[in-house]
Amino acid sequence: MQKFHRNGLTFWVFLAPVLVAFLMVIVIPFFIGVFYSFTDWNATARAGQGVSFIGFRNFTGSFRDPSFLYSFLLTMVYTVLNVAAINVVAIAVALAVTGKLRFRNAYRMGFFIPYLIGGLVLGFLWQFIFNNAIPALGNSIGFLNWLAQSDNLALGRVSSAVFALVIVSTWQYAGYIMMIYVAAIEGVPQELYEAARIDGANNWEQFRTITVPMIAQAFTITIFLTLVNSFKQFDVNFALTSGGPATEFMGRSILGTELLAMNIYNTAFDGNDLAAGQARAALFFIVLVVFSLLQVSYNKRREQEM
Amino acid sequence: MKSKSIYIVEAVVLLALALYLYPFVIVLFGAAKDAFSVTARPMALPENWGQLFVNIETIWTSPNIRYGSSFVSSVLITAISLVVVTFLPAQAGWVLVRTKTRTSHVLFLVFVAALVVPFQIVMFPLISWFRTVFQATGIRLLRTYSGIVLAYLGFGLSLSVFMYHGFIKSIPYELEEAAIIDGATLPGVFYRIIFPLLTPVHATIGILHGMWIWNDFLLPLLILGRGSDIQTLPLAVANFAGAFVKQWDLILTAILMAMLPALIFFFIAQRKIVKGMVAGSIK
Repeated sequence: MQKFHRNGLTFWVFLAPVLVAFLMVIVIPFFIGVFYSFTDWNATARAGQGVSFIGFRNFTGSFRDPSFLYSFLLTMVYTVLNVAAINVVAIAVALAVTGKLRFRNAYRMGFFIPYLIGGLVLGFLWQFIFNNAIPALGNSIGFLNWLAQSDNLALGRVSSAVFALVIVSTWQYAGYIMMIYVAAIEGVPQELYEAARIDGANNWEQFRTITVPMIAQAFTITIFLTLVNSFKQFDVNFALTSGGPATEFMGRSILGTELLAMNIYNTAFDGNDLAAGQARAALFFIVLVVFSLLQVSYNKRREQEM
Repeated sequence: MKSKSIYIVEAVVLLALALYLYPFVIVLFGAAKDAFSVTARPMALPENWGQLFVNIETIWTSPNIRYGSSFVSSVLITAISLVVVTFLPAQAGWVLVRTKTRTSHVLFLVFVAALVVPFQIVMFPLISWFRTVFQATGIRLLRTYSGIVLAYLGFGLSLSVFMYHGFIKSIPYELEEAAIIDGATLPGVFYRIIFPLLTPVHATIGILHGMWIWNDFLLPLLILGRGSDIQTLPLAVANFAGAFVKQWDLILTAILMAMLPALIFFFIAQRKIVKGMVAGSIK
C-alpha cells in the first residue's frame, strides 16, 4: 500500500486520458452550456463571440412558449404510459418464461431481439406497419375494415400517434426489462413457494406476497431505467412521427407528438435559437435529476419496508 | 390436468412470441417486393424472392446509403470506441481504488455524478466547443473518427469507471503486493495481473456500450453531420429514408441490411450478451 501512495506519477498518468476526455466532452461543454443558456447565442454567432447576456429570458420565454409547455406535458404522459406498459409486458413475459415451459430459453431470447435494433431503424419500420401493413390487414379481413380507412391511421391523429410511440418503445424495450425480472425471479428461493402452496395460497397470492416483495430490488432498477429512457426518448420519436401530426395548444398550431428531447433539438436547429434550446436542455436536466433522486430514494425506502 | 394446462401456456407464449417478432417478417417480405406490391400488398408473401437481391443490390450501390462504407465506419467507430472505453477507464478505476487520497475519492465521485448528465445538455456546446478547438489548435474533431471516439469515451467513461471501480475493490490487494515484492512495476502489476482478472467487466461493458454505440443516432448526427464522408448505419438509414420518402421496398431493404449485423452478432454470442446486460443493470 505504501509504495502506491508515494507513486503519484502512475496515478496521474493512468488517469490522464480519461480526465482529458471527461473535461473535453462533459465538463467544459456543460459549463459553456450553462453560460449560453443565459445569452442570446444562435447558430450564426461564433462560439464566445458576439453573444450577450440576457439573464433568465430564455427560461421565462420557454415557459411562455406553448410548444415547450405542450411537449413537457406530453413527455410526462408518454413517460407514465411507457413505464407502465413496458413493466407490465416485461413482468408478464418474465413470469411466463420462468415457469416450466419447454422452450423457455428460446422465448427469452426471442422477446429480447427487438432490443438489439436501434430506435431509429425501428421507428421507420413501424411507420411502415402503421401506415401500410395495418390498413392492408383491414382491407383483407372483413370485420377489421375500419383499420383501412385513411382517417383511422394510427399516426394520423395525435392521441393514437402517442399510443403508437408507446407501442414501439414498449416493443423495443420490454425484452430487456424482462431479462432483469427473469434474473430476479429466478433468485427467489423455491421453498417460499412450496410453503405458501402448503398453506393453500393460489398463484395470484403467491405472486403478490412472495414474488413482488422478493424482487423489490429489481423494481428499483427497472422503474429507474424505463423512467429515464422514456423521458429521454428521441430516436423513435424522430423516425416514427417526426413530431407530427399538428395540433392546437393555447391558440397556437404546434407539433402534436413532439417529446421534450425533440423539442430541444427543433428549437435549437429548426428554430435557429441555440440559446433557447440550451435553456430547455438545462430544465430537462434538472427535471431528470429530481426525478431520478425521488424515484431511487422512494424505492430504496420501500425495499427496506418490505 | 396439470400437464394439459402447461401445453396451453406453451402455445399461448409461442403465439405471442410469433406475433411479437412478426415485424421482422414484414421487413423481410417487404424487402423482397417491388415498389408497387410493397404498398399494395404489404402483408402478402412476396411473389418473387429474386426481387430481394435486386433490392439489396440497389441499396448496396446507392450513393445515399453507401452501405459498404457506412458498415465499415460503424464497425470502426464501435470497435475503436469500445477498446478505448474499456481500457482507459479500467486503468483509471484501478488507480482510483488503490490510491486512498482525498483527490482520488473526489474524482471518483465526480465521474459517477456525471452519470445523470443527459446528452441534451452538452450536445450544442460540444459542437461549438469542438469547432473552437479546431480554430485554436487545428485539431479536427468534427466529422472525424478521433472526434467521435473521444465523444464516446467522454460519454461512456462514467459508467465504465464506476463498474471497474466496483469490481477492482473486490480483488485482494495481497495479489499486487506479492507481485511488487517480486519486482514488478506498478504498470506491470496492472497489465499483467489486474487487467486479465477484469474479463467479466470487459464483457459487460463491451456489450452495454457496444449496443449503445452501434445503434446511436443523435451523437453521430451532430458530430459527423449529414452527408459527411464518415457515416454510421443509423445515419445512412435516416438519410436514405429522408431522400426516398415512401419508397418502402428500398427503405425496408435498407432496414433489413442495417439490422442484419446486430442480429447475426446476437445469434453468435446470445448467452454472453444477455448475461452481460443483466449483470450491468444490477450493478
